[in-house]
Order: sequence, then C-alpha cells, then structure tokens
Amino acid sequence: MPLLEARDVYGGYGGMNILNGVNLAIEADEIGVIVGPNGAGKSTMLKAVFGLLAVSQGEILLRGEPIHNLPANKLVQKGMGFIPQEHNVFPSLTVQENLEMGAYLKPENVKRMLEEVYAFFPPLRDKRHQSAGELSGGQRQMVAMGRALMAEPSLLLLDEPTAGLSPLYMNEIFERVKEINAAGVGILMVEQNAKQALAIADKGFVLAAGQNRFTDTGAALLADPEVARSFLGG
Amino acid sequence: MNELVFFINNVIVAGSVTGSIYAIGAVGVTLIFSIMRFAHFAHADMMTFGAAMVLLLTLAFPGVGSAVGLPTAVVMLPLAMALTALLAVGVDRAFYKPLRAHGVKPIVMVIASLGVTLMLQGVIRLFAGTSGRSLYIGERKEIYRLELPFEAITRPVIVTEPQVILFVLTIAAVVGLHLFLSRSRLGKAMRAMSDNPDLALASGINTNTIVAVTWVIAGSLAAIAGTLLSLDVTFKPDLSFFLLLPIFAAAIVGGVGHPYGAIAGGFVVGFAETLAVFNWTVLLRPFQQHFPGWLELPRNLAFVGTEYKIVVPFFILVAILVWRPTGLFKGKVIT
Repeated sequence: MPLLEARDVYGGYGGMNILNGVNLAIEADEIGVIVGPNGAGKSTMLKAVFGLLAVSQGEILLRGEPIHNLPANKLVQKGMGFIPQEHNVFPSLTVQENLEMGAYLKPENVKRMLEEVYAFFPPLRDKRHQSAGELSGGQRQMVAMGRALMAEPSLLLLDEPTAGLSPLYMNEIFERVKEINAAGVGILMVEQNAKQALAIADKGFVLAAGQNRFTDTGAALLADPEVARSFLGG
Repeated sequence: MNELVFFINNVIVAGSVTGSIYAIGAVGVTLIFSIMRFAHFAHADMMTFGAAMVLLLTLAFPGVGSAVGLPTAVVMLPLAMALTALLAVGVDRAFYKPLRAHGVKPIVMVIASLGVTLMLQGVIRLFAGTSGRSLYIGERKEIYRLELPFEAITRPVIVTEPQVILFVLTIAAVVGLHLFLSRSRLGKAMRAMSDNPDLALASGINTNTIVAVTWVIAGSLAAIAGTLLSLDVTFKPDLSFFLLLPIFAAAIVGGVGHPYGAIAGGFVVGFAETLAVFNWTVLLRPFQQHFPGWLELPRNLAFVGTEYKIVVPFFILVAILVWRPTGLFKGKVIT
C-alpha cells in the first residue's frame, strides 16, 4: 500500500477548479517531486494534500485511509508535516521556540527532538535564542524544516524549499531532503528547480493545467527528451 | 518642599493608579487583537462586568473580608475573575465564533462587539443598578500616611489601601503574564498563533483552544482592572464610557499585538492624563519672586480641566495614528 495516494483530485478556490484530476502515489521510503510550469497547480496540489484546500472530487489516502478535508491538526497527528513556501517560521519567536512548536502535540518529545534537530542543523544551535525573523532565508528554511521534523513525521510535504535561496543553500537543502528521506521519512516536494529536484526523486509528477502530463521515475523523466524540451528548458 | 509631596500625591501616585488600570485593560485588547484580529470594543464593559460581579458578591457575603483582614471585594475578586472569564468565553461562543466560522471581515466583528457592549451595559444595569456604589460595604478604606524624613516636608505622602492592593495585583498580573507567554507551552503557542495563524495550524496547534485561553486571560484581566478602578473610586455602571478610549489609546500607543507595549502604553496614557490635569501653579509658586512683576500666576494652571480629562487619551490616540500608526513597539495596524 502506498504511503500517500491521490486519485483523480479536483479542487480549487471559490468554485474555480485549479486541479483537474491529479493522480500521484509515493511509497513510504520515496521522494516524490511535483514539477511543472507556473500556474500548473503544483502548490495547490500540495495544499490539497495537507487539507488547506477543499477537494471537490477524488480522494487522497494516507496509508489507504481517506484524509481529504481533515483539519491540519488531525493530519499532524497522523504523521504529516507541512512546510509552506512563504511565512514558514514564527518571526517573533526564537529559533528554539519555533522548533518547540513543531512538537506541540508531543511535548514529552521536545528535549530529545531538539537535540536531534540541532545535531542535524548545527547552525541552529548557535542561533537558538535569536528570533527567527532575524535569520537569513537559508537559515529560516532550516528552522522551517527543523520545526516540521520535531513532530517526527512519516510524510513531509515541502513547498518550493529552495525558492529564493543562493545556489550554495540550494544544494544544502537538497542534500538535507535526501538525508531526511534516508532516515525513513517519505517526501513530497514541489520544486521550481526541476532538474535538481528530479535528480533526487524516486517519483516525478509533471503537472500542467492541473493534470498529470508525465508520471515516471525521476531518472526516466530527466532522460525523456519530450519532458526536457517542454518543461526543463531544453 | 510640600509642593513636591503634592506632586507625588497628584501625579506619581495618581498616574501609577490610572496607568496600572489602563495597562491591564489594554493587555486584554491587544491579546484579543493579536489572536482574533479585531478591535474588541466590548472590552471596557467586560471590565465593568467584572466589577459588577465583585459588587454583587460583596453584597451577598459582606462579612467575608474581615475574616482574612482584606476588603471583602478583594476576597471576591478571584470568583469575579472566573465569572468574567466564563462570560468572555460564552460571548465568544455565542456571537464571535459563528462570525469567525463565516470568515467575515474584521469590521463585522468590531460592530458585533459594539452590540455586545450595549447588551452588557443592559445586563450590568439590570443586576447592579444604575447608580454609583462603593465596593466598600460596611468597611472602611484604610489610608496610609507616609511621613517623609525631611524637615522641610510637613505633609505626608498619601496612599490608600485599594491603591496598595492595586500595585501588588498589577505587578502580579504583569509578572504572571510574562511567565505565561515566555515559559508555558500554551503561552508560546499563543504567540505563535499571533505571529502566523496558518503555520500554527500546520504545527498541530488547536487554534480553538488558543482562542478560548485568550478569552479566559482577557476576561480575568478585565475583571481585575474594573474592580481595581471601582475600589479606588466607586463602582458605576457606565464606567466603560471612561475606559474604552484610554485602553484603546494605550494598546495603540504600545503597538497593537504587543502585550508589553500595551503595559507601557497604559502608563504613558495614565501619566499623560494626570499630568494634563495637574495644577502646575503649585510647583511654580515657590519661584514667584523670580518672575517679572507683570506675570502673575493664575490660580489654576492645568492643560485641561479635570472634567475634560477624556480628551487627553483622545488626543494621544489621534496623534499616534497620524505620526506613528504602528505604536512605540512596531505593532500591527488596526484595519
């Protein structure tokens, strides 16, 4: 049974459909990447998975259990973590308080998980008493990922984690995503940097106009000349 | 040097008293705004409601205070706080929550809170009467006279019992609030929700719980502030009329959404009021001989008369909105 499966999902805002039948499935140990042109519904699909968008048709299953239209705090309890693209930290809270909020539902784990997250992102340990709003974009992304990891999720959703970051941080974030996945966390990620993202993807989903255009392994999509010509810029 | 004592009594003591009351009220306004994003106009009536509860409880059990050596009203305060918190949560469930569920604009919430204000005023008059009442029922207000150890000073600094209680409770409330917001899991979640409600939800924070906790805190603080004011002067069913403007001015001066800013703002507005009605002639009279002969000091040299005290917070409010709409501590702008 796949960790996450979306079957023929329709949905949008205010009666306007942005998703017109999206299908995706990833296994528990996989990295799934959603790529596609602007306005294809990539981020919208991620929001639909995390219950932030009303799904009008189709279903979304977590380990075979329907989860569409469940409130976010229930999804967190079920092991899902979500990192939005923008506004992904609590700016006036310190780094450590940001992380503590990630384990809000499991306060008994805070101490142990803080150690793990600091070991995983050493720069955060030095900045733990600084407010998150003062950090650089890359460090903020670390705080955002750390916050999501604090809940020990089994599935992590990332919305364009490298948007607006310098190439140095970009590589670091992709490396970290690979490491998190290697530790046994399923990943579903939306990315603008399609080539780099597909290179680490087990499954790739190329969306256009709210529908799957191509669905294959990351390597196969990278090798496909048609995908390359229409979506990866040659 | 007695003029100095006059200044201490009429500005330092009086300003701290008013400042404390405004500060505690403004903290509630700012907390509600930072969690629910609307200006809660019924807040001053929640303060009055708390004081009315104290009045009714004191009338019902007049002898309790003497058993512990405190005014009965103070002994009844915790119960009144609980009742006001209950009222706040109830009002939210009945009126604000359905509107929130519809995702209405903040202005709709503001108008709803105006409706709640009118309703609360009716309820308060229904049970607590329409006239002013002292919260000291069959008890005497202790007055402490502190003689200063200087030969030139013959007059004492005067502090009353309710004022001492007020200072103690204000300090306790501020320290308690600080510890809650900086140390407790719920307090941090409250700050998180104020920062970024969507991310709070995505972190698994149950925002309904936070909303309820906010009302409990704001309601209890409102009861404290209303009771302290009524203890210092007298209970009046239309107290809110004199409170609404100053507490909103205080919250905005401090930067809306900043609890510490609201406390600072409360004292700024409180001291501005007392300084504005202070008779400066008293301080200037000793220097009369240095003034040119044609300049005679008027008997009363205050910026505004006591009866116009309310224009001071109003002026501060307008000034801060024009020149520094985010307040002293860079808060949110009420829209």
